[in-house]
Amino acid sequence: MSPLLSWALVFALGCLAFAMMLALARMIVGPRAEDRVLAFDCLYQNTMLVILALGLVYRSSSYFEAALLIALFGFVGSTAMSKFLLRGEIIE
Amino acid sequence: MNTWAPAWVDALTALLVVVGALAALIGSFGVLRLRSFFQRVHAPTLGTTLGTWGFTLATAVQVSFERGQLYLHALLIAVFIALTVPVTTLFLMRAAVFRARLRGEEIPVPGADEPPRD
Repeated sequence: MSPLLSWALVFALGCLAFAMMLALARMIVGPRAEDRVLAFDCLYQNTMLVILALGLVYRSSSYFEAALLIALFGFVGSTAMSKFLLRGEIIE
Repeated sequence: MNTWAPAWVDALTALLVVVGALAALIGSFGVLRLRSFFQRVHAPTLGTTLGTWGFTLATAVQVSFERGQLYLHALLIAVFIALTVPVTTLFLMRAAVFRARLRGEEIPVPGADEPPRD
């Protein structure tokens, strides 16, 4: 791996960690439940990007499957929470 | 896997990774910065979708050149995110409008100020 790519990955991981902190701050501050669900959405997507970046750092293909699983379960969780806010029932 | 990848492949991967990380950072910054919920809900969708495309394209390019064969599995994540993020956002918007009307705030009905069509 060239030094350019390794430094780019370090920079990207720093940016993503900062982005996760921003989303976490909105999750703590957020005045209402919708804001917290939105911040959670942002947080899990940033986590997925961190895992993809780690897969590039360690040159392993098993990180890709972990990222796919996080995307899948995060979508299910966010949709269930939004549905609960909308109706008070998840499965009607 | 200590196979050799040409320098321009590393440069392209680095560019895609940096662009994706900056897009995700800008989207998360919008979540914290914008004032009302109906402004905030638009920031992370664009940011994280672009960020996911950057990272998955970088993974596809790098792994394809390391293994010497086309590797497009990573793009599955980008397609999945592009399909599911609008669904989650629409659900959240509907929930927010519903709860705002329950609290008694005036949310305008779309198309209320247009003349009726025949």
